[in-house]
Amino acid sequence: MSDATPALEITNLTKAFDGTHAVDGLSLKVRAGELYALLGPNGAGKTTSLRMVTGLLQPDSGEIKVCGIDAQLDAVKAKRLIAWVPDEPLIYDKLTPMEYLEFVAGLWGIDADFARYEADKLIDTLELGEKAHERCQGLSKGMRQKVALAGALIHNPKLIILDEPLTGLDAGAAKLVKEVLRARVAGGVTIIMTTHILEVAERMADRIGVIDHGRLIAQGTFDELRAGDNNQGKSLEDIFLELVEKERATA
Amino acid sequence: MSQPATLNWFARHELTLFWRDWLSMMSAGRSAREGVVKLVLGLAAIGLHGLAYSLLAEPLSGGFSADKAKLVMLTGSLALAFFMMMSQSLEAVTRAFYTRADLDLILSSPAPVRHVFAIRIGTITLTSAAMATVLAAPFINVAAVLDGPHWLAAYPAMLALSAIATALSILAVVTMLHYVGAARTRLISQIIAAIVGASFLIGIQIVAILSTGSMSRFSVLSSQSLIAAAPDLTSLLWLPAYALIGTPWALASLSLGALVLLVGVIHLVSPRFAHYSIATAGLSQRAVRQAGRSWSFKRRLPSFARRTPRQVLRAKELMLLKRDPWLVSQTLMQILYLIPPAIMLWKNFGESASGFVIVAPVLVMAIGQLAGGLSWLAISGEDAPDLIASAPLHRRAVLVAKIEAVLSVITLIGGPILLVMAIASPWAALMTCLGVLAASTAAIAIQMWFRAAAKRSNFRRRQTSSRAATFSEAFSSVMWAGAASLAVAGSGFAALFAALALLVLGFAWVVSLPRQGG
Repeated sequence: MSDATPALEITNLTKAFDGTHAVDGLSLKVRAGELYALLGPNGAGKTTSLRMVTGLLQPDSGEIKVCGIDAQLDAVKAKRLIAWVPDEPLIYDKLTPMEYLEFVAGLWGIDADFARYEADKLIDTLELGEKAHERCQGLSKGMRQKVALAGALIHNPKLIILDEPLTGLDAGAAKLVKEVLRARVAGGVTIIMTTHILEVAERMADRIGVIDHGRLIAQGTFDELRAGDNNQGKSLEDIFLELVEKERATA
Repeated sequence: MSQPATLNWFARHELTLFWRDWLSMMSAGRSAREGVVKLVLGLAAIGLHGLAYSLLAEPLSGGFSADKAKLVMLTGSLALAFFMMMSQSLEAVTRAFYTRADLDLILSSPAPVRHVFAIRIGTITLTSAAMATVLAAPFINVAAVLDGPHWLAAYPAMLALSAIATALSILAVVTMLHYVGAARTRLISQIIAAIVGASFLIGIQIVAILSTGSMSRFSVLSSQSLIAAAPDLTSLLWLPAYALIGTPWALASLSLGALVLLVGVIHLVSPRFAHYSIATAGLSQRAVRQAGRSWSFKRRLPSFARRTPRQVLRAKELMLLKRDPWLVSQTLMQILYLIPPAIMLWKNFGESASGFVIVAPVLVMAIGQLAGGLSWLAISGEDAPDLIASAPLHRRAVLVAKIEAVLSVITLIGGPILLVMAIASPWAALMTCLGVLAASTAAIAIQMWFRAAAKRSNFRRRQTSSRAATFSEAFSSVMWAGAASLAVAGSGFAALFAALALLVLGFAWVVSLPRQGG
């Protein structure tokens, strides 16, 4: 993959449920090595779009390329490069965090020595040490989120997709997760995340995409969004709400 | 401000929840099906009353008089029902302590905890009585019509037995919580529930095998030696049977005794309900880990060994199956039901092959049902469906690994019995083995066609996701069991049963097509 190849390229993606379009001709490009925040009101089509990228949903039409690989033609190859962390971390209650990491590493076919090294490192970095060998069934939501994140990171994905990664985390855990994500981006990994905490997007994201009614309605850096009509000095929250309002008025 | 959470208010709340929960379970959460459920239940009730009439019309034609033979039969049947109630209530009482649902809300409210406990226990009593009575009801009604309304006393008698079962279950669970701790009680209780539920039936079957060479419990209950050894008609042993047939003093004694016992236990335990509920809610990881340490000889630490994704998936499935308390108790139950055929096998070993005609279908049925449960857990009961679906694996590889895990457990359980059978009668073993394979494959295929991602904790409700799948699985097992039995006997009708089993499978496949997106 050359540096110019986008980490994710979506073209005219559509998905309808019972005749209602959840995603309606969505097109966007996410550059390699950037942290891209995908914003949108509830029901805008964010999660549906990302689930199609990760192969969890079949699109009705459109094209998805992950690091230049057609995700529909060569799903297994594309999946090898992606990690997906849903908003509700689904992990195995009867496995310990360490066993979970061993399992994920095995699924992605990671070299055993490397996996063991990475697992130890992640357990340490995400401060899961005390719970590493205890079953996940009694972990708090924040701890479960960290275990799910560790699972996403253990196979060194090129593209990490996170759905509301900071929901349910306390301030300390949220700071830790943000640091881990920043470090990955600094190492060349691309991160796409959805969030309703707009301050997080404002502070962390290299670029921001705003989606509503399954379509991209604005995209750019925070400064670029702020440079738009009468947006000078406004917070991302204000800009976002105005964009959504304008979209709904014209829809 | 009004009085918070009175006993009546709680009773209404619980009954509303119970009714909605039950309806949702029966209709798989689809309101359109509620009408169908009611219709099916109505038809089943008519059918069962017809069956009861055909069975009771002749025995009750000359009126009913209590003699030793009849009291032995009634008491034996009541004991069977009581053990089933014990199993049911033991499991329900455990759930009452462990299921969080609205318990956190209620315990944090100013509502009196003893009210919650009393109502929950009352609901459990009614539920387990209803479960046992639902099959007996047509017989009770028909007997009341044919022989007089005194038979209606069977309803309060069953309720009294259920109250006793519930009271004993509460005492058992609380004793375990006190002495064994919250971390282990759930598993132990589920195992005991499985053993208790099956023990009487299995015990009586074993006695039947050893004394009469048949697996029918009726052969024991109607045996002359048992009737001769039974105490005379004035013995207190017959109290439940006398209550069942409507003898006033017996019914009053049983009901009063049951009421005193249940109220006494509720009174004794309710002040500690909050304490135990909080203990089960606060099951810290430390507690779980301690339990893990003492239960296994060696705690397994991840080895990160070099394995293919398929091996990793298979290992994960096996580990989760092993750690699933529900599955442990369910598997134990299936294994318990294999004991009578195993004894039958042992008794017939080296004698004649006729015993295998009975052993084969039981083995095929039990393993077929076990395969169904295991397949659901492995194929549908996936706790991290997103992780598996987003992994760089073909769907087929995932499915194959899960099926391999199921087959390995089945082989482990059925293999030794089949091996012993093979030494005694290779033909019977071969036919039974083919039956087991066919029934298991059919069960796995049905679970695969009807798969719908669900949490493993929904195992209890797996039947509700598709009635077609449930019935197909059961009919398929029955047909393959029949085919195996006839094949062992050398009858050509085995082919007919096999063809019927394939028809059932074909029906399941056609019905499942919309789910498969076909």
